[in-house]
Amino acid sequence: MSARLTRRSFVSGLAITGLGVPHAWAQGFAGLGSDADGFAQVVPGRALSFPADHGPHPAFRIEWWYLTANLADAAGNAYGAQWTLFRQAMAPGTRDNGWATPQIWMGHAAVTSATAHRSAETFGRGGIGQAGVTPTPFHAWIDAWEMRGLDGFSDMTVAPLHVTASAENFSYRFRLDAQQPLVLQGDAGYSRKSERGQASYYYSQPYFTAAGTLAIDGNDIAVTGRAWMDREYSSQPLASDQTGWDWFSLHLPENEKLMLFRLRQKDGSHYFAGNWITADGRSEQLAANAIAMTPTATTDIADRRIPTAWRIAIAARGLHIETVPLNARSWMATSFAYWEGPVRFSGSHSGVGYLEMTGY
Amino acid sequence: MLTVRHLTKSYRSAQEDVAVLRGIDLIVAAGESVALTGESGSGKSTLLHLIAGLDEADAGEIMLGDVAVTRLKDPERAALRRDRLGLVFQQFNLIPSLSVADNLSFQSRLSGRHDQAWQGELIERLGLSALLKRYPEQLSGGQQQRVAIGRALASKPALLLADEPTGNLDEDTADEVMHLVRDLVSRSGCGFLMVTHSARLAAMLDRRVHLRAGLIA
Amino acid sequence: MRRALWVVAVLLSHWRRHPLQFATLMIGLIAATALWSGVQALNQQARTSYDRAAAAFGGTRTPMLVSPSGGAFAQQLFVDLRRAGWPVSPVLEARVQIEGRSVRLLGIEPVTMPPEASAAAEIGTAGAQAFIASPGQALISRETLTELGLRDGATPTLGNGQQLPPLKLQAALAPGVIVVDIGIAQTLLAMPDQLSRLLIGKAKGPRPNLESVTGQQLRLVQPESETDLERLTDSFHLNLTAFGLLSFVVGLFIVNSAIGLGFEQRLPMLRTLRACGVSARQPNAVLVLELVMIALLAGAVGLVCGYVIAALLLPDVAASLRGLYGAQIPGQLTLKPEWWLAGLAISVIGALLAAASSLLKAVRLPLLAAAQPYAWQQAQHRWLRLQGGGALLVFATAALVLWFGDSLIAGFIVLAALLLGAALALPVLLGLVLAVGERSTRRPLLRWFWADSRLQLSGLSLALMALLLALAVNVGVGTMVESFSRTFVGWLDGRLSSEIYLNAASEAQAREIRTWLAQRPDVQAVLPGSQAEIQFGGAPVQINGLPDHATFRDQWPLLDATPDAWDRVRDGDGALVSEQLSRRMQLTLGQSVTLPTPTGPWTVQVAAIYADYGNPKGQFTVNIDALLSHLPDSPQTRMGLRVAPENIAVLMDAIRARFGLDGRNLADQASVKKESLGIFNRTFAVTSALNAFTLGVAGVALLTSLLTLSNSRLPQLAPLWAIGLTRRQLAGIELMKTMCVALITALLALPLGLLVAWCLIAIVNVKAFGWRLPFHVFPLQLVALLAIALLAALVASLLPILKLVRMQPADLVRVFANER
Repeated sequence: MSARLTRRSFVSGLAITGLGVPHAWAQGFAGLGSDADGFAQVVPGRALSFPADHGPHPAFRIEWWYLTANLADAAGNAYGAQWTLFRQAMAPGTRDNGWATPQIWMGHAAVTSATAHRSAETFGRGGIGQAGVTPTPFHAWIDAWEMRGLDGFSDMTVAPLHVTASAENFSYRFRLDAQQPLVLQGDAGYSRKSERGQASYYYSQPYFTAAGTLAIDGNDIAVTGRAWMDREYSSQPLASDQTGWDWFSLHLPENEKLMLFRLRQKDGSHYFAGNWITADGRSEQLAANAIAMTPTATTDIADRRIPTAWRIAIAARGLHIETVPLNARSWMATSFAYWEGPVRFSGSHSGVGYLEMTGY
Repeated sequence: MLTVRHLTKSYRSAQEDVAVLRGIDLIVAAGESVALTGESGSGKSTLLHLIAGLDEADAGEIMLGDVAVTRLKDPERAALRRDRLGLVFQQFNLIPSLSVADNLSFQSRLSGRHDQAWQGELIERLGLSALLKRYPEQLSGGQQQRVAIGRALASKPALLLADEPTGNLDEDTADEVMHLVRDLVSRSGCGFLMVTHSARLAAMLDRRVHLRAGLIA
Repeated sequence: MRRALWVVAVLLSHWRRHPLQFATLMIGLIAATALWSGVQALNQQARTSYDRAAAAFGGTRTPMLVSPSGGAFAQQLFVDLRRAGWPVSPVLEARVQIEGRSVRLLGIEPVTMPPEASAAAEIGTAGAQAFIASPGQALISRETLTELGLRDGATPTLGNGQQLPPLKLQAALAPGVIVVDIGIAQTLLAMPDQLSRLLIGKAKGPRPNLESVTGQQLRLVQPESETDLERLTDSFHLNLTAFGLLSFVVGLFIVNSAIGLGFEQRLPMLRTLRACGVSARQPNAVLVLELVMIALLAGAVGLVCGYVIAALLLPDVAASLRGLYGAQIPGQLTLKPEWWLAGLAISVIGALLAAASSLLKAVRLPLLAAAQPYAWQQAQHRWLRLQGGGALLVFATAALVLWFGDSLIAGFIVLAALLLGAALALPVLLGLVLAVGERSTRRPLLRWFWADSRLQLSGLSLALMALLLALAVNVGVGTMVESFSRTFVGWLDGRLSSEIYLNAASEAQAREIRTWLAQRPDVQAVLPGSQAEIQFGGAPVQINGLPDHATFRDQWPLLDATPDAWDRVRDGDGALVSEQLSRRMQLTLGQSVTLPTPTGPWTVQVAAIYADYGNPKGQFTVNIDALLSHLPDSPQTRMGLRVAPENIAVLMDAIRARFGLDGRNLADQASVKKESLGIFNRTFAVTSALNAFTLGVAGVALLTSLLTLSNSRLPQLAPLWAIGLTRRQLAGIELMKTMCVALITALLALPLGLLVAWCLIAIVNVKAFGWRLPFHVFPLQLVALLAIALLAALVASLLPILKLVRMQPADLVRVFANER
């Protein structure tokens, strides 16, 4: 999953809701505007390099480390978990030390069961150690939430990792392993977001296996499952007429993976994109007109009507599936509010994955 | 018109109960004027107060037309006074802060029975035209009592009750006032019951009822 | 409906015929409401600004972490705590000099600031990015901006040469504070990676205990329900409130007498209404309605007057709060809607309270009037007995509270009980005096004089009670203020013994100045001073360091001392203790006290106790070397200079020229003294103003009572006139009677006032401020007040007397012609 939060959404979302965040902060984001002057531009053909690109890119305006996990306990009950670290630059500049560092960090964490969805957020300034990312050794953190490379960490698999987050009424800790290297999304890591040149650098590690415990309201539950990490950074906003998106990361049978998104535009048309990732790690970009995504059911949450069940078809690949949410009320009641939760699908293919929807 | 039956009333004093009225029967017909005489303490004022609903009887019945005054509660008695009775006392009982005109129309307006023509006639007959803007304290006793009579009659009551209305006036003025009252009562056609100790004044009315020790003699 | 309106109109017509009575009623209600709400407005204004100061960026309303020594600590502790899951936000605070004024500089971190502590909206409108990102912003309140004489957007330079980011007006910010981003604050204060405290947010989550993260480096401070400023200024506000309440009560006295009369005169009207067929309930409801309407009307006018009073007094109140407690109160009066509602409510409640007995009487009014004449003497006897009993009861309460109570509130209760008891006892005492007068003479006119005074007592007593209260409080407060100012001047002379006081901008400059001064022949002595603050007995306490010098040995005023006090201090094991601290902590001479310091506990013995008027904090005074060895970080920038008087001006000019010190940091003894006295005078200016208001209200009460009485006096005066006294003579007698009664009241007020003064000095002051003053009596002041009281009585009786003198014989005759 990925370009889920480009700058504008991150920004405007915070400005509108501002709950739990000092207003000051939301206002600051609002003041950011859509001006990308002075920030580095996303251009096609640039080769990503690791481990350096696991670390922050302060020359770009916005960036995230985004992990979602589809889990199950011994009895087969399904769970979902999310761990996200956002970086936002208030001004161009590469200074990374002291209060004058123009970086703001935001963490989101959530767990989902069939009956519960819990989320939390936290904020911090860059440059003083409260939040940040180092590529070597790999470590991404904000407050007590962290994602840390363990012994034997490989830059190409981004594994093994230790991930933990906790809040008032939930917590989790997992170990993530992966045998296959990360994959580049879009066109070799260049992910286009509109017909007008908006784009991001985007790569994923969709092959994680996860094992650990999660707790909702204090009950520790041992869980195992699969996880998917997205890394994305950009300076360019969404096109001005794009209002939000619907994003899927799906674990297909036979270790194939599918990433799909639809950017909704004010004129009612949509910008479709996606990558089909084969079991051996080849990432093939899907043509926009090859993707069909249709909502089939909605849920009313927080005065909004959210399409929580979908029909997806990629005829060229013989894929015709219906997705249903594990918990239709997987609402992230954070300052920037959106829907994010585990889904299950069936049809020509069946399996689990994650769905994120913003801008509703 | 007014029917009083077996009316009794006693007051509790320090040592004993004093029976003031011991079974009064009295009828005043419509348009009839009756003088209620008797010595001090004979109960004539008490009888008047009971008829006016200012006090409650111990037993017996007072019927005003078809209304049993003795069975009414205080607010209903007040409404009865407002709408169907006129009261004149020895003390003139005008409202000191209202002008003569306002005093005159006070009760009729209160009862919603204000009649400008009748009011004008009253003012003229009572000779109050020149005094309308004055306040009670600027009037002589006779003038004040005429205002009080005007007020009582302005709402065209069914029954006018008066308690020594000329008690504070000299003889000439008293006669003059009495003539006025008699005229006006007969013009308005209401019943008239007046308490007085003066035989001379009593003789000016249709009938005289004498009270002695709480009974009609 | 129309009938009801008709009844309303009739009842109201009474006021139209008695405009004076109505005016009296209105004046009473307006005065009561105005003074009460004026004082409330002042209190509310002050409390709001304390709250603002306390709430802004984690004053004492937010739990926080501080270093045990109270000093700055490393920023890494903040990061460590965040990384451990603690929802903390850093704050750096220091005082800085801008344009010669001292201002609090607060560095905050808006991203982690807990919403409940941030006064968030204040920054929100500024824009967080502009606030954080270079050059940043310095948020400032309008008051502070005005005080500094700066404009929005200005970039003033601090005392240390650093330049502030552009000032940005934040209307809701507390005065006296400038808020910048934490990073900017660290740069401005040259305190890189240093923090003053950490605010703890409400966010809950698993977190390890504090020691396991930061060891002993930080300690938790729980939020306080009451801010320091609130605690310190409580007594000041209680004082104001007491005066407001007193004025309110005095105002109600007027209302009570006006309403009483208004109702009394309308009782026949009520009977007539009933006879004309108005039900019993209706006029009663109308009476209450009428009262409420009048109270609302008067309340509204009173609120406007209260606003004006508050606005007039605010500068003095603000100045004394700033001078005494350092509390910053905005000079612009801003009132909440609650204030207006409360003012109207208090007016209505007051009116209903004052009218309670009259209303009750009207409700219970028998329809048929009792024909017997009013037995005034019997009624007065009963009434006097009742009041006398009440007075005794109240006095007993006062005695009990005095015996068992030990708080400021108890002090005020004693005071209130004393005044109330005296007021209740006044008619009894007056009655006795008049009865004695009556018995002492056989001359008929004189006998009548006394007897008739006694008859008038019921009507006048409320006004006289008001006069008694106002006078007694005036005597009490006057005596206290005079005692205080006399004591204070003497004390100030002793304490301000150096000819010149200076405060260097930095330690380096202080050293430079000392070296330079040592070479000047005209400087007789340099007396360095230093001060530190520690936490002692749960409150901040100052430790004042002085050198061993004859100046102090000779002049420093001590209340109580051991024989070798100054030697003990010189040796470093003795400490002088301020009176307020000794009272609060019950420290006695010779007692050992252990002071917590960064270098470990420091034990000293109490060598003497000294007066420290005007200091809300407790204070120890020790030898400066001992202070610096235990609290080495204490600033040593202050010093006093002993100089021959003729050299003062020259030396000050030289220092000013050489070191660039301005009036804030360099002053001679006379100007320091003037400033100190100024602060105290302004403090009592408010008290005196309220005092004068109260006396004025009492005068009005007397006037209105006399006016209303004069109307009912005719039947009593007419027989005398008929017997052969001229109207002029009658008027003279009337005047004499009033003056006589007023004089007796005033004479009774004097001892009562002195008792009040004693209560203020021996109970209220000690509890409120922690010091006790010597009690002086000032006879001239008493005589002056006596004269004022008589003058007030004279002025008040003039109008009714003139009315009597001008009365037409016909009016007197009518009494006989047309008796009721």
